[in-house]
Amino acid sequence: MSAPWNETVAREIIERYQDREGPLLPILHDVQAAFGCVPPSAIRTIANALNLTRAEVHGVVSFYHDFRETPAGRHVLKLCRAEACQSVGGEALARRILDHFGLDWGGTTADGRLTIEPTYCLGLCACAPSAMLDGEPRGRLTAEFIDELAS
Amino acid sequence: MTLRVFIPCDAAARAVGADGVATAIRDEAQRRGVDLVIVRSGSRGLFWLEPMVEVQTTRGRIAFGPVTRKDVPGLFGDTPFAQNHPLCLGKPEDIPFLKRQTRVTFARCGVIDPLSLAPWRGLERAKSLGPAATLEEVVKSGLRGRGGAGFPTGIKWRTVADTPSDRKYIVCNADEGDSGTYADRMIMEGDPFLLIEGMAIAGFAVGASKGYVYIRSEYPDAARTMEKAIVIARAAGRLDEFAMEVRVGAGAYVCGEETSLLDSLEGKRGQVRAKPPLPAHKGLFGRPTVVNNVLTLAAVPSILADGADAYAALGYGRSRGTQPIQLAGNVKHGGLFEAPFGISLGELVDEIGGGTRTGRPVRAVQVGGPLGAYFPRALFDTAFDYEAFAARDGLIGHGGIVVFDDTVNMARQARFALEFCGIESCGKCTPCRIGSKRGVETMDKIIRGEQREANLALIEDLCQTLKFGSLCALGGFTPYPVMSAVRYFPEDFNRPPVGLAAE
Repeated sequence: MSAPWNETVAREIIERYQDREGPLLPILHDVQAAFGCVPPSAIRTIANALNLTRAEVHGVVSFYHDFRETPAGRHVLKLCRAEACQSVGGEALARRILDHFGLDWGGTTADGRLTIEPTYCLGLCACAPSAMLDGEPRGRLTAEFIDELAS
Repeated sequence: MTLRVFIPCDAAARAVGADGVATAIRDEAQRRGVDLVIVRSGSRGLFWLEPMVEVQTTRGRIAFGPVTRKDVPGLFGDTPFAQNHPLCLGKPEDIPFLKRQTRVTFARCGVIDPLSLAPWRGLERAKSLGPAATLEEVVKSGLRGRGGAGFPTGIKWRTVADTPSDRKYIVCNADEGDSGTYADRMIMEGDPFLLIEGMAIAGFAVGASKGYVYIRSEYPDAARTMEKAIVIARAAGRLDEFAMEVRVGAGAYVCGEETSLLDSLEGKRGQVRAKPPLPAHKGLFGRPTVVNNVLTLAAVPSILADGADAYAALGYGRSRGTQPIQLAGNVKHGGLFEAPFGISLGELVDEIGGGTRTGRPVRAVQVGGPLGAYFPRALFDTAFDYEAFAARDGLIGHGGIVVFDDTVNMARQARFALEFCGIESCGKCTPCRIGSKRGVETMDKIIRGEQREANLALIEDLCQTLKFGSLCALGGFTPYPVMSAVRYFPEDFNRPPVGLAAE
């Protein structure tokens, strides 16, 4: 579970990387791991510490698909939408999963339990369709996966 | 005697249950009092057989697969891992898919414990030769960049070596974003020291003392294994002259393009830089930088250890050595197939891949990732070689082949190529940023049946603009899948109109 915003923790993360070359991405990754997202207060703190403008840090946060400015659901499902998964019915399966939870891509269920996001290739292309559930790889998915997600 | 059992820790094997199988085997052995040790190796790359479990016997290893948790009690039977078990595959190296390969880069992958540190024969020989002769050895091997561009590696290294600077860098591009490719991931998870040794040799040859491995965030297992391997190598004193660090990307496909990768490493938005200057002259933090793909650097240790001539003896035309080809998508025998360049596309798809997984006819293959062309069966005689594919308006890219059966709608695939370009565009150049959006809209009109001929002409015109006006390969190569779909599968652009909402 991610913790609420804490300036001291954020400063510790920044200090860990401050002497490295090009430290912004490692800092953002760790901030997101700690707080579940990169909140506006983090952007201000990081910008001050690295002598960047808030616009520069925001520009980096918004450029990369991984970084979010609000927290995701308690579980995050990344479903692969790339060609290898398409070739074995990945899109139809993805549609069934989204419909089952009443979500569109990037959406979170009302109870905050599950967020479903698109991803473009997890390198599991010989075991397609594939996904990543809370960072764990899943392959050869079938409709049974919906029951597993629902339970 | 302790029974040694090898179970892959490769992410794809884990994705289909390898961890559960490992736990079940450990528990079953305990219950039965069988003296057994489990080694988590990489994957051999025979993914339709994963999870594939191997057991050490006096006659070598014996493989079983695909094993599920439920199979485990049966595998122990009267004698554990009896060779008359229905899942027994015999010796892995006798399985035809593996037997037909020439494994150079992947010789150890799936065989060894990934974190077991062996002597670095390649680096040792490099040290005995000196930097200049090491560089010449790589030039002589004919090694070309495996990321897709196929640029001669030795020439790139020589440029960096000849550029004076206070510091230089080796950057490993492990942002393997092409759908249908996973060879980089397999190496990093299954033989990380091979890559580390390759980078150390590169550093020695060009005079760089720092190396970064930029790994995409979709590969958390690979990043973890590389981090551990670097710690082990450092503790063993192997990295005294060459510091290494893993950096994790953040979900941007375009960061596989070398200049946006460098900007990302510097902590910026991953936007493409205009070239020149080349990264070899002004790369990371403005310093001379070698940017090489994982497979390129992983080929270097054997070139040094066994000599450039041995490597150059393999191959076809100007494509020397072996290429780790990745069979993916709707294919019966999907997996990693390392072979000298020159093998035909048809042999790869029909014979080695065994056709489709669904059993339906193969209609199209996309070679080289989302920016690669779709080839119909009529082009299956194309040899797997940079020039042969280029001559047919295709590319081999990073060596991935995605197979589609006859249910594929190529107009949808062409639309996806443009949509993907839009999603992943870094936004720096107009053809890619805007052209991709207009392309999707135009393709939607074609699918809806609106002025098809005029809109197809517009797509062709737009593709010309993308091809010649984009800063990098994302916009520049998107026309390959789009125009190959239009050219080879025209009937799919003339289907009865369907409402987009119906799909």
